[in-house]
Amino acid sequence: MEEYTQPRFVRGVRLRWDSVRRQHMLLFPEGALGLNATAGAVLELCDGQRTMGAIITELEERYPGANLRSDVHDLLSRIAERGLLRYETIPE
Amino acid sequence: MRGHQQTMTTDRPLTLIAELTYRCPLRCPYCSNPLDWGSDKYRQELATEDWLRVVQEAERLGVMQIGFSGGEPLLRQDLEVMVEAAARSGLYSTLVTAGTLFTPERTARLRDAGLDHVQISIQDSRATESDAIAGTRSFEQKLAAARLVKALELPLTLNFVLHRHNLDRIEEILELCRKLEADRVELANTQYYGWALHNRAALLPTREQLERTEQAVAAARQRRDFPMGILYVIPDYYEEYPKPCLGGWGRRALAIAPHGDVLPCQVASAIPELEFANVRNHSLEWIWFESEAFNRFRGTDWISDPCQSCPRREVDFGGCRCQALLLTGDASATDPVCHLSPHHHRIVEAREKAQMEQSPSLVYRSMQGVSVGRQFHL
Repeated sequence: MEEYTQPRFVRGVRLRWDSVRRQHMLLFPEGALGLNATAGAVLELCDGQRTMGAIITELEERYPGANLRSDVHDLLSRIAERGLLRYETIPE
Repeated sequence: MRGHQQTMTTDRPLTLIAELTYRCPLRCPYCSNPLDWGSDKYRQELATEDWLRVVQEAERLGVMQIGFSGGEPLLRQDLEVMVEAAARSGLYSTLVTAGTLFTPERTARLRDAGLDHVQISIQDSRATESDAIAGTRSFEQKLAAARLVKALELPLTLNFVLHRHNLDRIEEILELCRKLEADRVELANTQYYGWALHNRAALLPTREQLERTEQAVAAARQRRDFPMGILYVIPDYYEEYPKPCLGGWGRRALAIAPHGDVLPCQVASAIPELEFANVRNHSLEWIWFESEAFNRFRGTDWISDPCQSCPRREVDFGGCRCQALLLTGDASATDPVCHLSPHHHRIVEAREKAQMEQSPSLVYRSMQGVSVGRQFHL
C-alpha cells in the first residue's frame, strides 16, 4: 500500500527553513510548528511526488540502522489529523 | 526520532499583526480598534515604503506569520504590494477582512501576489441579524466573498464573534460554515475592551448560552466538520483563571497600528502609562528587545501577589494587562478574571447583571467615540 500513497500538504500549508531559529517550520493558517531535524527531513520529502515507500527508503539510506517506518507514519498521521496533509492514492 | 516538537524560541516573535488602517465600512459594537480610532494620529497611516521595510525587518526578527488586518485592510490600495513583499520574505500571509470589498479581480490579484490564507468575519447566521450587528448591509457580500475565496482555492477561515445576541444560533452558524465549506472556523467569544467593554451589559452572554455553545462546538469537532478545526476563544468572564495575553507580553506576537506604533497586542494602546515606539523612528528589532513598553510586563519579575507565589505564574503571566487596567485602574494588577484577584467581584457583578432579561441598547463604533454613538436596539 505504501507504494501507492503519496503524502502532500494541502493548499495553504508551507514548509520553510527558518534561518533565525535554524530549524524547519511548518506554516499553516494561524499557526507555526517548529520541527526538529529529523521531522524536517521527513516533511521535506512530502512533495506529492514521492510515495510513502520511496520516502522511507530515502530516509533509511540517510539514517542507516534506524527503524523509521512507524515514526514516519506517526508523524504524518498527526499532521494529517490537523488537516494539513493528505494522502493521495495512485490507482494500481 | 520523536516526531515534531514545539521548539519555539521564546525570545523572538512568530506573528505580526499589521493593522493597515482603522477605516472600516462596518460599525460593529465590539470592534477591537481603539475608541479614538478616528483621531488625527491614526489617520497618519504608514506609507507603502514603511510597510515594505517593516516586512523585511519582521522577517529578520524571526516573524513567520503576518496578518494584514485593520479596520478593513482592503481599503489600502497598496495591499497587493505588501502581500507580494511578505511572500518574497517567506512570511505566511493572512488577510483578515470583513469581506465587503472583495471583487473577483482583486481577490485573484492578491492570490497571485502570494496571499496564503483568507479570514472573513461574519456577524451572525442570518442576514438581518448579521447586518444589525455590522451596522450596515453586508451579509450577502460576505457570503459572496467566502465563495470567491473557495473558488480561487485559497484556504478559508470564517470568524464569528460570539455574544448574547447570536449565541442561540450557534448551530445555524456552524451550518453556515459547513455550507460555505470553511476549512477552519474561529468562534471567538467577545473580549471586553474598548467598544465591547462599553457595550458589555448588552453583549455578555448567560452561562446557559455558553454551555450549549460548548456542546455544539464539541460535536462539530467530533464530526470533523472542518478539516483544519475550530478555534474556540473562551469567554474569559466565565473562567476561573485568566488568559495569557497573546501567549505572554512581548513573547510571541506584536501588532503595528496604522500610524506605526508597535504594540504587544492590538488593544495595548488602552494602557496610558506606556509609551510605544514607532517604526518611523526605530527598527522593529530595537522595539522588540529594547523598548520600554515591550519590557514593562515581560517575564514574571514585575508580578506581585497573588500571582507571584502562584503555580500558574508561568501559564497565564497574571492574565491580560489591558483587562487589569480597564477593570482595576492598575495595569500591573492581577487580571480580575482570576478568582484569586481581590477585584474578582467586578467580574461576578457583570455576570450577574447579564442574567437579567433586559438588554441595554448597543452603542455602535463611530468617529466620535462612545459618548454620542448612534443607539440601536436589538
